[in-house]
Amino acid sequence: MTAASAAANVASRARRVGRLDRRALTGVLVREVVNYSSYWRSSTFSSTVEPTIYLLAFGFGFGSIVSQVAGYDYVDFVGTGIVATAVLFSSAFPGMFGTFVKYKFQRTYDAILAAPVDTEEIVTAEALWLATRAAVYGCVPLLVAIAFGLDPTWGMLLVPFIAWISGFGWACFGISIAGFASSFENFNYIVSAVLTPLFLVAGTFFPLDQLPEFLQVLAQLNPLHHCVELVRGAAFGFDGWVDLLHVGALLLFGFAMWRIAIHAMTKKLVD
Amino acid sequence: MSTELAIRLRGVVKRYGAITAVDGLDLDVPLGTCVGLLGPNGAGKSTTMRLLTAQSIADEGELEVLGFRLPDESKAARAECGVVPQLDNLDTTLTVEQNLLVFTHLYRIPRAERREAIERALRMANLVDRRDTRADKLSGGMRRRLLIARALVHRPRLVLMDEPTVGLDPQVRQELWALIDSLRSEGTTILMSTHYIEEAQRLADTVLIMSHGKAVAAGPPSDLVLQHAGREALEVYGPPSRLAEVEAEAGAAGLRTRRTGTSVSILGAEAGNGYAVEGERRPANLEDVFVLLTGEEIA
Repeated sequence: MTAASAAANVASRARRVGRLDRRALTGVLVREVVNYSSYWRSSTFSSTVEPTIYLLAFGFGFGSIVSQVAGYDYVDFVGTGIVATAVLFSSAFPGMFGTFVKYKFQRTYDAILAAPVDTEEIVTAEALWLATRAAVYGCVPLLVAIAFGLDPTWGMLLVPFIAWISGFGWACFGISIAGFASSFENFNYIVSAVLTPLFLVAGTFFPLDQLPEFLQVLAQLNPLHHCVELVRGAAFGFDGWVDLLHVGALLLFGFAMWRIAIHAMTKKLVD
Repeated sequence: MSTELAIRLRGVVKRYGAITAVDGLDLDVPLGTCVGLLGPNGAGKSTTMRLLTAQSIADEGELEVLGFRLPDESKAARAECGVVPQLDNLDTTLTVEQNLLVFTHLYRIPRAERREAIERALRMANLVDRRDTRADKLSGGMRRRLLIARALVHRPRLVLMDEPTVGLDPQVRQELWALIDSLRSEGTTILMSTHYIEEAQRLADTVLIMSHGKAVAAGPPSDLVLQHAGREALEVYGPPSRLAEVEAEAGAAGLRTRRTGTSVSILGAEAGNGYAVEGERRPANLEDVFVLLTGEEIA
């Protein structure tokens, strides 16, 4: 090795750029935020209007037949539960479709990876961004429910944080699916076979304790269920250590999905 | 070896399943020079470019970029490189300026210098009065210029360009050549892949001819031409039967020929070897070299 390149190598060790570098994460976040300024209307519309329609349809449709569920007014019951749905819609779906579009059609990741940024940083920054959006969008149904008579409580101030943790996991779930998918058609299977059942059997629209025992056990594996329970806890009063378990389940879900998303995208982007 | 290599590849191999895209490639790019990777589609040029940004990981061989060993230190190398991709990957709904702004962050330009970096890139790419235009409203040539400006926003020491003018009108292409040439004259090191002979001949100090993942020749374009194709070529036109005849006769006289559609080029025509035939004399060029060395037509 020549003196010059040896010197350069010494310099490189001193400057070896670390993993999950703050500047790299910032760079990817800036890209997301600047892009968001060009499409926030449609994104906000779909992420808020859809859960609101569910809320109104179920709340007033069913609500006219059943006025009380699990000790709550049905509108209050659905209004709190549907926060989890809003989080899912605003994190898993953009995670799946957004990532795939950026990979396949816009080739955004080729552009970013040419800069000093790694796949791990791309995935992490994009999930952080989607989680933050989900934290905001997740509160919309709650506000709508309040407008329709849900009593505001101080505990509800925790809802954005619950939505954030949950949204991070679901964003990473979406990114993982985009990483494993070879075409858009693959998403149909995930939406029909995974997301729809999870979203229906999360305790959002009906309490799970009416279900057969095996479904109740399975529901404990549903991250949406933990989100629903925590939001109800925030609105109506927490249930001590049980709610800590719910938090633990969401953190575990988020961490596992984060690592899976990084693995899936690294396989896709680097060959 | 030279102490000032921007890129140094030794015995680099990259396989995709049964296909060997890069097959034992050696490549030197001295600092301050423009090196052209010339080859037909599928020669391994784009794979080589991906290897240099660690988006592909080599199966064998050594890679050094600006003194950093790849892939381990690739991130440090990428901080000082600019990359102009073959396929447009601009953020199409953002303005010209917003596209540049995003990359001042990705390339970690300190806050106080961002403004000036964007202005400099806009001036260099001649896009100052387009700063507020959305990328999807730009012409093909302007989008290319923006891609180049984006790669230069952090004043890289080394610029990698993958087919920088592919798919553009000849006129727009010349405009880009002027831009690349001005970069070169400022001392920026450039590695450029291309399958346009003229592009390599005009811009590159050194050309490396690639075929099937290997380097088949390397050197300054004029040296390569003189060494392999001589000074002049004689272009003989005629019906196919006549062309076949000329090929046979020239071959018998020990001259090399190549078919170019409607004509036969007799290479090293200045030597003559006692064979005379009516035709148009023209200077030998890099294309002659390329076809001789690889047996493949280009472009």
